[in-house]
Amino acid sequence: MKNTVFLGALTVAGLAAGAAAAGTLDDVKARGKLNCGVTTGLVGFAAPNANGEWEGFDVAVCRAVAAAALGDSTAVEFVPTTGKTRFTALASGEIDMLARNTTWTFSRDVDLKFEFTGVNYYDGQGFMVPKELGVSSAKELDGATVCIQTGTTTELNLADFFRSNNISYEPVPIETNAEAQQQYLAGACDVYTTDASGLAATRATFDAPADHVLLPEIISKEPLGPLVRHGDHEWGDVVRWTLNALITAEELGVTSANIAEMSAGTSNPEINRLLGTEGTLGEMLGLSADWGKNAVAAGGNYGEVFAKNIGEDTPIGLARGLNAQWTEGGLLYSPPFR
Amino acid sequence: MSDKTTNSIAFVAEGTIPESPPPARETGVYKWARENLFSNIPNSILTLVALALIYSVLSNTLPWLLNGIWTTSSLAECREVLDGKVGACFSVLSERWNQLLYGFKYPTEAYWRPNLALVLLLIALAPVLFFDLPRQLLGFTVVYPFIAFWLIWGGSILVPVIAFLGFVAAAVVFQRFGKGSFAAGFFGALVAALVVWKVGGFLIPEGASENAMLSSVPSRDLGGFMLNMMLGVTCVSLSVPLGIALALGRQSSMPLIKWICVIFIEFVRGVPLITLLFVASVMLSYFFPPDATVDLFLRVVIMITLFSAAYIAEVIRGGLAALPTGQYEAADSLGLDYPQAMRLIILPQALKISIPGIVNVAVGLFKDTTLVSVISMFDLVGMIRGPILASTEWNGVYWELLGFAAFLFFIVCYGISQYSQWLERRLATGHR
Repeated sequence: MKNTVFLGALTVAGLAAGAAAAGTLDDVKARGKLNCGVTTGLVGFAAPNANGEWEGFDVAVCRAVAAAALGDSTAVEFVPTTGKTRFTALASGEIDMLARNTTWTFSRDVDLKFEFTGVNYYDGQGFMVPKELGVSSAKELDGATVCIQTGTTTELNLADFFRSNNISYEPVPIETNAEAQQQYLAGACDVYTTDASGLAATRATFDAPADHVLLPEIISKEPLGPLVRHGDHEWGDVVRWTLNALITAEELGVTSANIAEMSAGTSNPEINRLLGTEGTLGEMLGLSADWGKNAVAAGGNYGEVFAKNIGEDTPIGLARGLNAQWTEGGLLYSPPFR
Repeated sequence: MSDKTTNSIAFVAEGTIPESPPPARETGVYKWARENLFSNIPNSILTLVALALIYSVLSNTLPWLLNGIWTTSSLAECREVLDGKVGACFSVLSERWNQLLYGFKYPTEAYWRPNLALVLLLIALAPVLFFDLPRQLLGFTVVYPFIAFWLIWGGSILVPVIAFLGFVAAAVVFQRFGKGSFAAGFFGALVAALVVWKVGGFLIPEGASENAMLSSVPSRDLGGFMLNMMLGVTCVSLSVPLGIALALGRQSSMPLIKWICVIFIEFVRGVPLITLLFVASVMLSYFFPPDATVDLFLRVVIMITLFSAAYIAEVIRGGLAALPTGQYEAADSLGLDYPQAMRLIILPQALKISIPGIVNVAVGLFKDTTLVSVISMFDLVGMIRGPILASTEWNGVYWELLGFAAFLFFIVCYGISQYSQWLERRLATGHR
């Protein structure tokens, strides 16, 4: 084993990932803490507040998993990762799971040897234009100058969209969101394009947000979700079903307000199975019977987490859209707890 | 002489004429302005253009600075208070002051510890920087790194004590055997230090750091400008001696040592610092098992130190090359051996020549410490780019935050450069 260390970093990466992956749940329990990878800061999704406590939509997933696995939503060590360090941090075992607005793609799932455990936010690339431009659809943007982050999938999506609609554009390459914000406000480009959630968050910081509109077209699929290492299915199941528990709780009307009352037992057997008063779901996962109750109690159900961090009452003001329950025309559809 | 008697001159001054003030156009501000600002037509045009520029810069920035708001709790509130007027939103600095200086995870009740470490740093640096001070002060400088480590990281006091004892043991062994043969002294010292650390490691009781006098703070919790200062001070003070060793090694007549130094210097100079940092943070975690990694702070310190040591080595090599061969030959003819010749004759002159270059590297290194933000360490720039700009309250505040960061760095870097100029004047011996 020792010699292989020097043969090739990638081989070792695979081996180490495989070796470290055996029994992540046991590791987490033994450690008493969940190591959860998050971003170094993204408005609404993950950022430490003035007291240094992490808050946000992705952070809530980490807290729910910690609550399910350990019974304590504060037993999380948040490991900030950048776009460049996130995958190696997960592969090397430095973190147990990554909840960092990461798009679920084929190559990340298959080639990088990770396992996406679900989708906690359906995002997509959108467009923002000043209202005074009088544009109501992206198809009217012929000849526009577009601010676009270089080296991202958004750049390729943009080229595809304009080509398939047979219209032309002039790209203004920029490096970061902060730069884009300044360029767009200074009028260096007519349109700013990036993920719709990012556009909404950016617009919220403007002096006069109402002067800018998001166009209705969404030109790409960006399913964001938590991920774990390949090969440790027990741990993957814990993360997957914790996320499903949050979604199911919203569907069944279990909230952080009524959870105490409901966990005494209800007439709905699925709620009872979710909250552990009936059946042995927790035991099957290798967790305590009240894991689902803890996960929901940590920050509320999916809808509450959404409303608190990125929903319409926050400065970011995202509508549920695709992220509504399937019963309300969205894509959130958790398999049944049975 | 005869004219006096014949009285052929109409007037002879009997006393001195009282002094009259010089003409108005030859004095004071007027003269200065005429000579310096309006001496000819091109100069006058330049002056007017410059005045217009200064006016436009000031008229744009001054209202922004003076109207600044310090007391609101979010950018939206700032805008409300300003109500369309121009003004900065400095509230972000006052609200996140501690986060900017110490990072967001350093325990609030322990802020006095890095503060004290900073004050002690000034005391420890004084005898190194100003050699007119009494030499006894250097004793404190030697102990300072261990005190600072204990203050900032906390935990059991036994750790820095044993680390210090290891160095003491190494020094004693080196004193004892180094006289006979340098190699025996060097490797003996190495073994002595390792033995002390190994034995000392067993002596530290399990869980000693949990109930220590100062609560233990992991490296991941360090941040803010404190992290920049720590990285800058540690790396500069480690890389200067390492750079000297590398520069001398590169001139060595022993091929093995020479080629090791040449290859090391050329390799490190050929690689961007940021790739070394990625290696430190990303690649190394593949090579170590997950629970036995070297501390991230230490990994970064090693990488930055190696990087700047290579540059300093080249600067010092320039200083060595500038010395005439006669200096080396003079040292040899006095019968000095190699260490003595270097210590007494060659290095004092070479280092004096190299001061501007070394300071240049040091200033660059200090600013390069902000690069650690790309490997998700929250130094000052990392704090600004990550947590602060990503909070819903402060997203969109750029000028105030980055201007503040620039201001802090300017103070330190300007201080370093002023010191180096003083040092050059102090060491000037009139060879030029």
